[in-house]
Amino acid sequence: MPRFAFDDDGVAVIIGSGAGGGTMAHELTRRSLKVVMFEAGRRQTPASFSQNPGEAFGQLTWLEPRSQSGTWDPVKTSPTLPAWHCRTVGGTTVHWTAATPRLQRYEMQARTTYGDVPGTSLADWPIEYEELKRWYLVAEKRMCVTRRNGNPGMPASNNFKIMYNGARRLGYKRVHTNYLAINSRAQDGRGLCIQQGFCVQGCKTAAKWSTLYTEIPRAEATGNLDLRTECFVTRIEHDASGRATGVVYRDADGHEQRQKARFICVAGNAIETARLLLLSESARFPHGLANSSDQVGRNYCHHLTGFIWGVFDQPVHAYRGAVLAGVVEDENIHDPRRGFVGGYHLELVSLDLPTLPLVGLRYGWGREFAATIDNYRNLAGMLINGEDMPRPGNRISLSTTLKDANGLAVAHINCEEHANDIALRSHAQRQGQKIYEAAGAKRTLTSATPPATHQMGTARMSKDPEHGVTTPYGRAHDVPNLFISDGSVQTTAGAANPTLTIVALVLRQAEYISREISAGRI
Amino acid sequence: MINEKQIPLDRRRFMQAATGVLTGVIAGLSPLAALVPSRAWAIELHGLNDTQGATLLAMIQTIAPHDGLDPAAYALVVAALDKDVAGSAAAKADLSAGVASLGAEFAAAAEAVRVEKLRSIEPSAFFQSVRMKTLLVLYNNPIAFAHFGYEGEAFSKGGYLFRGFNDLKWLPDVPLEASGPMPG
Repeated sequence: MPRFAFDDDGVAVIIGSGAGGGTMAHELTRRSLKVVMFEAGRRQTPASFSQNPGEAFGQLTWLEPRSQSGTWDPVKTSPTLPAWHCRTVGGTTVHWTAATPRLQRYEMQARTTYGDVPGTSLADWPIEYEELKRWYLVAEKRMCVTRRNGNPGMPASNNFKIMYNGARRLGYKRVHTNYLAINSRAQDGRGLCIQQGFCVQGCKTAAKWSTLYTEIPRAEATGNLDLRTECFVTRIEHDASGRATGVVYRDADGHEQRQKARFICVAGNAIETARLLLLSESARFPHGLANSSDQVGRNYCHHLTGFIWGVFDQPVHAYRGAVLAGVVEDENIHDPRRGFVGGYHLELVSLDLPTLPLVGLRYGWGREFAATIDNYRNLAGMLINGEDMPRPGNRISLSTTLKDANGLAVAHINCEEHANDIALRSHAQRQGQKIYEAAGAKRTLTSATPPATHQMGTARMSKDPEHGVTTPYGRAHDVPNLFISDGSVQTTAGAANPTLTIVALVLRQAEYISREISAGRI
Repeated sequence: MINEKQIPLDRRRFMQAATGVLTGVIAGLSPLAALVPSRAWAIELHGLNDTQGATLLAMIQTIAPHDGLDPAAYALVVAALDKDVAGSAAAKADLSAGVASLGAEFAAAAEAVRVEKLRSIEPSAFFQSVRMKTLLVLYNNPIAFAHFGYEGEAFSKGGYLFRGFNDLKWLPDVPLEASGPMPG
């Protein structure tokens, strides 16, 4: 692996190695650009992934505390861990469950379609659906998505048989084993899914797409990638003209270092990306780098989620098999007659036994609480994934109460639920429960909102610099050689699990960067 | 197979430097009998005494009452709480005060009485920390896995692909167009 000089101002710097950063590293290095990629976590391999759920959680998760406020559930149910994402090479693509739905046309025109919803900052995406769709096709091919490009769908698990039969009896039509970036047959130098059910602990057969063992090794093979693990970027610096000049970071030994850069791509996950921009305040950018719009950190979206469990008389063994291999798509529509704007997916889900009581069940103890766990064998599960409303006050800011090991303010998350959020979630819970009742459940349960696994919107794209942080290509309006390359740029959340969209946008952004370099504009 | 080393129970033996001990015998017919080093088990305590250990054990069984779950699983939670306070006099004092607040009769009281008592201290940091430790430890060990029917990791056995991920027979099969073919 090459090691580029600290003062080499010809390198591209990428911060974060997940879906956005890892893909960007591959795209830039294969175009012969020199890249230094920073990852705060360590490097694991499929061989080193722990098969103990608790241990795996510690091995992969971003555990630095965060402070939070607002009316959403995690303030009470998960005070120090409002968001569950990774800190390891490959980022959150190591523990993701690989659902890859596309955003719908109506979701990209949220403001136009939904109208004026008071208390929200809904906006239309500044790019056309057809444009994004073109890149979805490239991303789906890259990630070997099931049910696309001739890839077979995933075979039906026990858990899905229940979802399918219940949903069909209820009249739903678009019910299948989901679009998954998981090999349903061996390809891309990776094995096929053997239905272990350990997607979240890191896929030991590498059947699930992760930048850890696809994009990153391919970037390394070009000889153009300098990957610095356990290196935490604390600040982006700029010159008098407002161009980014490089980053300050703590290396694995805790020493402060500086790396110069020609341009910088921030892909730290929407929470950390916003935090880094805010931490990079300066005399020129007193409210944080690239924040003349005051939109950095605002409009934080996380999707409306929650588990629905059906308790059956007979065994389900839901933990056997790919975790998210099922979906009901019918409610991913805009139909205000339901009492809310936007839509949702119902996705199959299971939790391992240790995790179920920690995130899958409502607060409780005693006989009633224990009885659900007694039925662990007989539980079928699904997860809501619905569109949440962007709000200016739902935001990432710098914590005034908590600092990290480097003495830097950690991220503070404020999240107030909008009436639309509550209406959508309660509709989804009811429909999910009806599905299980139709399949013969003797009892159904819903959960509180678990920690957020999808982070979006904190550096949203906008045509004009007043209403967003980045251009339609994810380029900072204020800083011409600064790019945002993760879910932060999403103008709205839609109901699609964000990874496919992140990869599609980054593939598109990389091509744009390449063109801009050729034209002498970076 | 579940590795017996994953269950941190000691054989019963004479223990030095322990402040307390929890003991039990796993029933001979229990599937667990094959998983543990010895049916007679003991857990050493290094911060709590026997009475405190027994009171906490009863508290944990009241928080998460699972009929038929071996007391050894509950004892693992006590051991985890004990380990957390062993190094800190302040933490040990907090835990001891919490245990004392339950009263000397708590462990022997009927379940309804124990529930009533716990309900009265539910908002306390003591109750909440014991509840959280119960959730973290009680369900993450091979005794619980066997009891609740969680088979755990399957990579070492080739996954569940040919070991029951689609063995549900009480509902109609899913048509191929909504799913996909079995590989191989």
